[in-house]
Amino acid sequence: MKADQLKEQIRNYPWASVALFLVTATVLIYGVIYPNLSVVITSLQRAGTWTLANYRELLSERTVIEAIVSSLGLSVGTVLLCAIVGVPLAFLFERFTFPGRRLFAALSALPLVLPPLVGTLAFIFLCGESGILAHGIQNLLALQSPPWRLQGWPALLLFHTYTMYPFFYVLTGAGLRRIDASLAEAARSLGASKLIVLRRVLLPQLTPSLLAAALLTFMTSMASFSAPLFFGGDVRVLTLEIFRARQRSDDVIAVTQTVILAILSLPALIFFQRYEGTRRFAAAAMKGAPRKRVTIASGKARALATTVAVLFAIVLVLPVVTLFVVSFAQEGSWTTQTLPSAYTVANYQRLFSDPYAAEVFFNSVTMSAIAAVAALLWSFCIITLLRRRRATQKFVGEGWRRLLSLLVLIPWALPGTVVAVSIAEAYGKPGSLLGSFVLVGTFWILPVIYFLRFMPLVVRALQASMEQLDPTLEEAAGSLGARAWQRFTRVTLPLVWPGAVAGTLLAFVIALGEYVASVLVFVPANRPISIAIASELRDFNLGAAAAYGVVLIVIISISMVVAGKLERLRS
Amino acid sequence: MPLLSLKNVSRSFGSTRAVADVSLDVAQGEFFGLLGPSGCGKTTTLRMIAGLEKPDSGSIEFQNADITNLPPERRGFGMVFQNYALFPHLNVFENVAFGLRARHKTKAEVAERVASALELVQLPGYDKRAMDELSGGQQQRVAIARAIAIEPALLLFDEPLSNLDVSLREETRSELRELVTRLGLTAVYVTHDQEEAFALCDRISVMVGGKLMQSGRPRELYEEPSEISVASFLGRNNLIKAMRVSSSKTTDGEFKTLEGGHTLHLTVKHEELAPLNKPVFIAIRPEHVQLNTNGAENSLRGHIREIVFGGATSTVRVDANGLLLEALVLRTDGLKVDQECTVVLSPDHLTLLKN
Repeated sequence: MKADQLKEQIRNYPWASVALFLVTATVLIYGVIYPNLSVVITSLQRAGTWTLANYRELLSERTVIEAIVSSLGLSVGTVLLCAIVGVPLAFLFERFTFPGRRLFAALSALPLVLPPLVGTLAFIFLCGESGILAHGIQNLLALQSPPWRLQGWPALLLFHTYTMYPFFYVLTGAGLRRIDASLAEAARSLGASKLIVLRRVLLPQLTPSLLAAALLTFMTSMASFSAPLFFGGDVRVLTLEIFRARQRSDDVIAVTQTVILAILSLPALIFFQRYEGTRRFAAAAMKGAPRKRVTIASGKARALATTVAVLFAIVLVLPVVTLFVVSFAQEGSWTTQTLPSAYTVANYQRLFSDPYAAEVFFNSVTMSAIAAVAALLWSFCIITLLRRRRATQKFVGEGWRRLLSLLVLIPWALPGTVVAVSIAEAYGKPGSLLGSFVLVGTFWILPVIYFLRFMPLVVRALQASMEQLDPTLEEAAGSLGARAWQRFTRVTLPLVWPGAVAGTLLAFVIALGEYVASVLVFVPANRPISIAIASELRDFNLGAAAAYGVVLIVIISISMVVAGKLERLRS
Repeated sequence: MPLLSLKNVSRSFGSTRAVADVSLDVAQGEFFGLLGPSGCGKTTTLRMIAGLEKPDSGSIEFQNADITNLPPERRGFGMVFQNYALFPHLNVFENVAFGLRARHKTKAEVAERVASALELVQLPGYDKRAMDELSGGQQQRVAIARAIAIEPALLLFDEPLSNLDVSLREETRSELRELVTRLGLTAVYVTHDQEEAFALCDRISVMVGGKLMQSGRPRELYEEPSEISVASFLGRNNLIKAMRVSSSKTTDGEFKTLEGGHTLHLTVKHEELAPLNKPVFIAIRPEHVQLNTNGAENSLRGHIREIVFGGATSTVRVDANGLLLEALVLRTDGLKVDQECTVVLSPDHLTLLKN
């Protein structure tokens, strides 16, 4: 009897959960906890003793204070500008319908999928002092010098608004769609004017969406690197200062600044997690009908709305079109003319024949694929643990669950610069958690960083798929006699793979254009596409740089179309 | 010897006690019902029988073997879920074949048993249909076919008819009963619909607030509820608060109602049911309350407060000197609001309830 009971207990013990927990814990300890701890420890030490000297010295330097203030100022300014652009657009396009609405709606999220470096490149070609717009106006008005220089604060704010306004547009739009139409109608029937309805009914319900958009914009802006590097002028931001410190081999300074940047970026994550809970509540509480879009009746208002739509659509695609045009420009054919004077396919020919180009493509694709597939596999591990299941509940309690999901999000919330520096610091010399193996300087450092930075996206996508999965399906499979592995392969997996693969594709394409972290730690053996683009730009091979960008955009577009198809397959 | 027996089973979710100390037996071949208002713990009880929840305490035995800790896949019970839980990525054939494939049956046997299961639920030829091509009633049949295809030792139903519209529900109900009887299966059926439970089940347990209140044949429960909660949950009931005035030694009970101060006579079967000087509840169904008949016993004077037309029957609310009573009548001819009337509460239909 006793032996039987013991046997039964062993058989019922959640061994699979224990294994999953070990895998998850190992990844989080090696990838998140240890690297972040090492930068903190290094920043707090000098010559083997604990001290605050690094911080004291750094914070007494005017340039560092300036960088902190600039980073924060740039981010706050970006949030405000993006809100000013994105929120009214969301109201206009979510609430009304008019000719041209669909055109804009289809293009609205374009800047989000553009790799920051490629966006920067396109912006330089379009708005730079020797770009199409500047040259055009100069030639038109026969000016002696270009009418403006794309530099400093205005340039950064303009570029940030272009690339980050979709956070506000998309989230506000989604928030508006969730609001029960009958609430506004109830308020109107109680005698509230349209303005009061907006202020007292709509905006309070939108607060979670607006807050989330503001936090995302803030975090992205704090992490911005390419734009400040190429046209920041003398605006100092933290990401750039860290990069420069590392180039000077001032590792301790770089690490200390990294900790400062991380501390400034992380509170946003905590807020974001809080907001998540309220968002679920709002979604669960909604039962009414979504509001229908109103057709704009007045001719003038309609013409105005259509103009806005077309204008913004042009603004959205213009940088991409520019990139496309420049990619066909013959070297040296674009000096003072508005548009390049001679066109050729030589840039693309070079791309497909040059062994160097082939190598960077191969590197980027391989490393991104490794990272994305690893992220996919790992997502299944952690999601299985995070789900409230009978078997895992006993082993992984609520507190653990919360800690795990926070740890997963950390690499996503931290700027790429921070992730790269912390990994480089943790595994830059023998004697780390990896023993005598030194990760820095090997091919593997970039796949590892790509994995850490983008796995939260895959986890999120899989989590969303799992939440849509009806839990009674797995129970039904169980009652029909399917064991855990059969339930997973025959019920869960066939139903969640489209969402998971869509998330994996997203992680793959973002990794493909990764620049911020790559530039800090790449080696000849793993030089990615972004590094090639940047060096072509430095050598003024504008056409070649643009051609790289276009190829990247094409790969991304195809992947996004596939991902979109998969999303639809899911629902 | 019972086939399934639950012994003092309890289950809490956080601080709520969903199921409290439930014990019940189900005999071989019985169609057993768990009836109760929503949130009474009946679904949790069923899920514990299925193995989808684990009891905090108590044990579950099946064929005299303790299965309390056995995972659902090793119990071999078929279950029909409230939302059917059909696999959306599989067609009808594959859904029904799921449990057979999990048991590694041969291809020929799978094909044969799926075909006969579909035959039984009158869906032959639907093999290749996708789930979203089926109507609600058809999906329901697939769910039943899937559960019976594994030749379950016990069939569990979690409000399987609640998603169907009324006319389809009654039709499916009788088909279901017929099917289960024909296959000689034992079933546990959870529902909040008393009419459904009465029509389907051989025996019913009424659950209220996580506790098992009373078990018995449908007729017994309806006519002789022992608890206030059962009496008020099962159909409409007049609950009369009264105090015993006669000696507790005799079976002849004389009661005084607290409202109206009427004297009622009824037979007291068990002495402890009506202790002296303690208020008790006496129940009588509205259909047993007679108006303006010349009964000898328990005849009260009152006047009509309200007449509510309800189709085949109408409800008449009578105020008997402060005691409010409902009567169900077939015809309201000659009845008027504010009219004086007599109400007869026949002793045969008065039931003493446990407090």
